[in-house]
Amino acid sequence: MLYNKIYKMFCTGVFVFSLNGCSSLGVEPWDRDLLAKPEMAINASPLDQSIDDHIYFSKEASSGGRSFAGGGCGCN
Amino acid sequence: MQLKKTPKQPARIAEKLAVAATALIGSTANAQQTDGEWRFSSSVLAYSEPDRVSAAEFIATANKTYGDEGLLDVKIVLDSLTGSSANGAIEQHSAQTFTRPSGKGQFVTQADDTPLDDTFKDTRLQVNASWTNALTEDMRYTIGSNLSREYDYQSITINGEIAKDFFQKNTTLSTGLSFGSDQVAPEGDIPLAFSSMVVNQGQYNSEQDYWQAFDATRTKDSDSITTAELLLGWTQIVNRRMLMQFNYGFSDTRGYLTDPFKVLSVVNNQGITQDLVYENRPDARAQHSIFALTKYHFEASIFDISYRYIADDWDINSHTIDTHWRFMLQDNSFWEPHLRFYQQSAAKFYQPFLTQSQSLPSYASADYRLGDLSAITIGIKYGFQMHDGDRAEVRLEYYKQAPRKSNQPADIARLNELELYPEVDALILQLNYYF
Repeated sequence: MLYNKIYKMFCTGVFVFSLNGCSSLGVEPWDRDLLAKPEMAINASPLDQSIDDHIYFSKEASSGGRSFAGGGCGCN
Repeated sequence: MQLKKTPKQPARIAEKLAVAATALIGSTANAQQTDGEWRFSSSVLAYSEPDRVSAAEFIATANKTYGDEGLLDVKIVLDSLTGSSANGAIEQHSAQTFTRPSGKGQFVTQADDTPLDDTFKDTRLQVNASWTNALTEDMRYTIGSNLSREYDYQSITINGEIAKDFFQKNTTLSTGLSFGSDQVAPEGDIPLAFSSMVVNQGQYNSEQDYWQAFDATRTKDSDSITTAELLLGWTQIVNRRMLMQFNYGFSDTRGYLTDPFKVLSVVNNQGITQDLVYENRPDARAQHSIFALTKYHFEASIFDISYRYIADDWDINSHTIDTHWRFMLQDNSFWEPHLRFYQQSAAKFYQPFLTQSQSLPSYASADYRLGDLSAITIGIKYGFQMHDGDRAEVRLEYYKQAPRKSNQPADIARLNELELYPEVDALILQLNYYF
């Protein structure tokens, strides 16, 4: 059941992207003025992320996804 | 192509820290002419749940580039936790007495109140270090380590990742592995699964008799947890303004996954607590995660939204939507609202209480964090640049968690009058400083 769900989601993702193909996406190196800004980085606020991960790890049953689920604290 | 940042006049404190950090890793300041400057950031957090837990956290990070691709990142976290935490027992129309986890002393919960253990006090120190460098022109690796130590818990993690760029660096695929080993040594040792909490109400002839009864509910003084994780990533630049990220993660955790401080109430057919027993969780957990993020640069704002689906073999399925919208102003300042929605289903062994008439299950926990719940976070962040080029940010967030009624048979009328599923609110204030 669980594996079926994950498999379906994976197939949907692959299908959507195969419509264009990765090679036709993207920009030339000289068109990266906006993408090169620090605030456009995938993890632009690592301090916030680190704190959020700690809070939600201690309050909720699921963790990880964006990065390693980690742990490393008792978090009662 | 990475554009190098124009060096700014370093602040005096940054200079001093740079010398200290260089000494710490044993390199000499003038060894590599092409190396970048040390850059620092720090954060102070105040976290408060009214009538429950309060926490303060301090984070300091330092990073430095070596050559074109080498990056050393060091992070130190110090946090302190005080206050009360729900111990799993349900509220009653009469006062309840509980033994503290250490066995030394008791606490009393008044009638119609959620039982909260007020003995939590912990300080934790965590140190992370990671090193990233190029393997080839379009391939790089990161290795890292994480050490965390608190009074009753310690953890060591090592991780590694390899990333490769394709199609003029518009596509990046990555694979990461992480291994962790934790040791838990709780105050009062590890309780025997489903053993009854020993509460001294004058029934023992001597202190020695009490301790004999208490010790009979304990197994050993410590146990361990091991974690192995895999993370596959795909980052895609879509156009000049937009990028996307997709991750798949798998984690396998084994060992002592029970919370030694949590109990379950055992009630009779009137809903009156007859016994309190220590919880028991399975000693293995496998979790799958899917994460998708998109980020878009409008003319004067940046919007990001992510979705995360997590499913594990404890039957906990969760959905998370997280979004930020940063509005950039002319003076290099910005406002960033934040919204997050979270929803999870209950673990298959979650039970808010046990009944005397039912046979004892193999596993059971009344920890509300394993129950059916949803949560919302609303936040706002303001960032600005100071005269000397340093940057500061202030973030204020409100978190509300609302448990949903579990599928426990509500055939005990009296329990319907009690608040078995209290909500949790938290306020978070955070200051970040980059220099």
